[in-house]
Amino acid sequence: MKTVMEYLLFATFFLYLFSAVAFLVGVSGAKKKGNAERVKKWGQTGLILAIIGVTLHVAFIIIRIMISGHFPTSNMFEFIAFLCFAVVLGFIIVFFIYRSFVLGAFVMPIAVILLSYATVFPRDVQPLIPALQSSWLYIHVTTAAIGQGLFGVSFVAGLVYLIHKVGNRDKSKSAISLELIFLVLIMFGSFSIVSTIFQMTGYQATFKHAYKGAEVVQEYKLPAIVSPYESKAVKMDSFAGMSKPLFESPKIFQGEKAASKLNSVLWSIGSGLIIYGIYFAIARKRLGKLLHPLVQKLNLELMDEIVYRSIVIGYPIFTLGALIFAMIWANQAWGRPWGWDPKETWAFITWMFYSAYLHLRLSRGWHGEKSAWLAVVGFAIILINLIVINLVISGLHSYT
Amino acid sequence: MVENTKCECGHNNPVGTILCEYCGKPLQQEVIEKSSIENEMRYEGAARRSQQSVMSLFDRVWAFFSSVKVAISLIVITLVLSAVGTIFPQEEFVGAASKELFYQQEYGWWGSTFYQLGLSKMYSQWWFASLIAMIGISLVICSLDRVVPLYKALKGQKVIKNIEFMKRQRIHVAVEVATDEEEAKLAELEQQLSKHHYHIQRDGKAILAEKGRFSRWGPYINHIGLIIFLFGILLRFIPGWNIDSFVNLVEGEIKRVPQTEYYVKNEKTVAEYYRPEELPPAMRSGGGQVIKKYQTDAILLKKVFGSNEMKEVTRHEIQVNDPLTYEGLNLLQSDFQPQQLRGIKLGIKDKNTKQSKGQFTVVFHDISLHQVYQVGDLKVKMEEYYPDFAIENQRPITKSREPNKPAFIFTIQKPDGKEEKSWVISGERLPDPEGNQYGIDLAGFDLANQTGLMVRAEKSLWVYLVGGIIFMIGVTMGSYWQHRRVWARVEDGVLYIGAHTNKNWFALRRELEMVGKPIGQVFGLVENEKE
Repeated sequence: MKTVMEYLLFATFFLYLFSAVAFLVGVSGAKKKGNAERVKKWGQTGLILAIIGVTLHVAFIIIRIMISGHFPTSNMFEFIAFLCFAVVLGFIIVFFIYRSFVLGAFVMPIAVILLSYATVFPRDVQPLIPALQSSWLYIHVTTAAIGQGLFGVSFVAGLVYLIHKVGNRDKSKSAISLELIFLVLIMFGSFSIVSTIFQMTGYQATFKHAYKGAEVVQEYKLPAIVSPYESKAVKMDSFAGMSKPLFESPKIFQGEKAASKLNSVLWSIGSGLIIYGIYFAIARKRLGKLLHPLVQKLNLELMDEIVYRSIVIGYPIFTLGALIFAMIWANQAWGRPWGWDPKETWAFITWMFYSAYLHLRLSRGWHGEKSAWLAVVGFAIILINLIVINLVISGLHSYT
Repeated sequence: MVENTKCECGHNNPVGTILCEYCGKPLQQEVIEKSSIENEMRYEGAARRSQQSVMSLFDRVWAFFSSVKVAISLIVITLVLSAVGTIFPQEEFVGAASKELFYQQEYGWWGSTFYQLGLSKMYSQWWFASLIAMIGISLVICSLDRVVPLYKALKGQKVIKNIEFMKRQRIHVAVEVATDEEEAKLAELEQQLSKHHYHIQRDGKAILAEKGRFSRWGPYINHIGLIIFLFGILLRFIPGWNIDSFVNLVEGEIKRVPQTEYYVKNEKTVAEYYRPEELPPAMRSGGGQVIKKYQTDAILLKKVFGSNEMKEVTRHEIQVNDPLTYEGLNLLQSDFQPQQLRGIKLGIKDKNTKQSKGQFTVVFHDISLHQVYQVGDLKVKMEEYYPDFAIENQRPITKSREPNKPAFIFTIQKPDGKEEKSWVISGERLPDPEGNQYGIDLAGFDLANQTGLMVRAEKSLWVYLVGGIIFMIGVTMGSYWQHRRVWARVEDGVLYIGAHTNKNWFALRRELEMVGKPIGQVFGLVENEKE
């Protein structure tokens, strides 16, 4: 059964990938006039692939429940994979309201990045610690994630809007900011690729160092660029002639896994910059400019409405899942509905942010570019809550 | 500013009205000059208290809090502060004895500053609470300032609207119609609109088609939900409203539940670990054990009035995620300490024959003076007990009630009725009085699991829940429906159509295209630029 589950995951991954390719092929034909037929044909293929992908994703989730006996939203791999599912699901919902193929051409690649980023984390089926043994685990986490998935769709629609609006601009602050967003997305992608490669080759490095009076062992899955503060290498596979770390981490990174996380961040930044550098050397123009023709014929008002509508569809779901259900569970497990744990606080921040967005749009008339930027910032807040809070700031929610 | 608020249609409007309450004609000069009245339509162009020109102090406060700009600023300030509060852990999550030292040692200058500024207790600071309170005030005033005029305007709206009103809608169209076709055109339009679930009102040669008006109340209903929720938080300031404490119990122990009339007994506490085969290989090799279950079999007791006897109220197998709940009181599993010292076993030896007479167990939480332990044919009576023994001014005292260094004075009563006194001090060997026949010695420890139960009562829970449900109803109404209106009117051989929605214009335009197709009417081509 475990192999079936793994195969389902791979199949889901490739279907999302093929769906992304189909959408992109279709949209890239839109440059030429009279090609609406082509966009539609390829777009529909992309949509069908995405729907099959989502179905297989559901099958994957069901089999994982059968194996583990609990809903798979209990660690980083499971949650990010579920968030990817929610984004694709959100896209399908929004598609049937607005029938935008362009949106698919940008949502699906991001779904692919999300799913590959999920697989960086251990995929083992883990038993649940007592705090997670509750049916609220899946009620609370799934509703919150579906809300976040819709916010994700809004983020992508915002990106599409911005590519159209500012992608082609020269030397403007917003064009550079947009390019930075692409760079961050590339870093996520390249980190996933690098991690997969080293997982397959089975790279290992181990360091020993003292932390809070005890000896701690840190295991690296990526070649060590940076070693823990005042540490000794127990074992280090050499990579590309690098058999010693390049430097030692500063004192503030002396936590239990801090140095290995710093190492991962360095790998993300480094590999992302290299991939971007290679791209730039070949294409000799910003990604925004490269992508701009794809969205040239975009109906701007439609995309603006998708940005807003995905948020407004997601907002009640997010409130229910991330605040109300969260409070009910917290009251049951920890005896208080709210405790300002970092994860709770960031859910509150996310909610307040989208509340402010809705007021700005509905009462202050923030449309178009402003609204698109806000959608991007909103999703960045969600990613901060997912990655920074889980991996850097630990609290009651850090189970992974 | 407008001096004369009487509209040409003859209706007298309150001062500050933007669009005539009766016919919708723009009244203020700056609005008349605009090509679109989309922004003015938000509250139907009605006069709002906050928009008056002459203001008392109360009006000024009202105007301040009724501003959405102010509300958004409050939200943004709160969310930024909340984020700052998570840079370093909050004090309640810090175990160290000296918080100040902790922040300084762990995070250096930034940590110290964080602590000095009070950010380490961010969410219980008075200024954070006042921000939340101001959001609450803003919620009340913003809603009242808008909902009353909006309700009146929508309730009293007329079918026949001024042509200027219709021409200035974001979506509008004007086509010439022959006099004999007028009626047919309007009837067709009526029919198509009602197919799309619009409620139609007809007045002469004018139509008002409307749907989803209830969604306009969504925001106000969700604000009411939030206000109720905030009221629940306010109630927490009533002393005794909440109980938040902790009780540690070893197996067999009975303790009073703090701040209540109840007692709780720990019958049994267990921790269960996952078997190696239940773990994935990666976790198996680590050697670390993964906890599967913590459970405390607890009994809630109450003293029978006027006596010392206890009566069982309820019992429950408490687990994480499955607390004991009784009339709003919750006991939650939150700590587990295996093999804690519960008591000591003492052995009695006959010094002459070197023969053991037997053992007895002193359970610390269950000691009462003059208690008698039967050991063989001997009666051992507890005369004195010092849990945390020390000598001060050459007299025995106890430093605390914790059994850190227990000491006892026993009298042993022999079968012949003679008695002898004996000292037992843990960790020290005291020579027994010369004449003693029996000696008491440590024979072992009595160990048991200790549970830590959180004691919580939150009376506002129902208030939160009601607030949450109302919020969800309101937010659902406002999010998944929209208020759409189409006005049509024939005047001097021209059919004017104007349409308005409170949101999702693209979807409205698509709908109107579908309405227009069968009757050969093109909508949405003429669109006013947004301001």
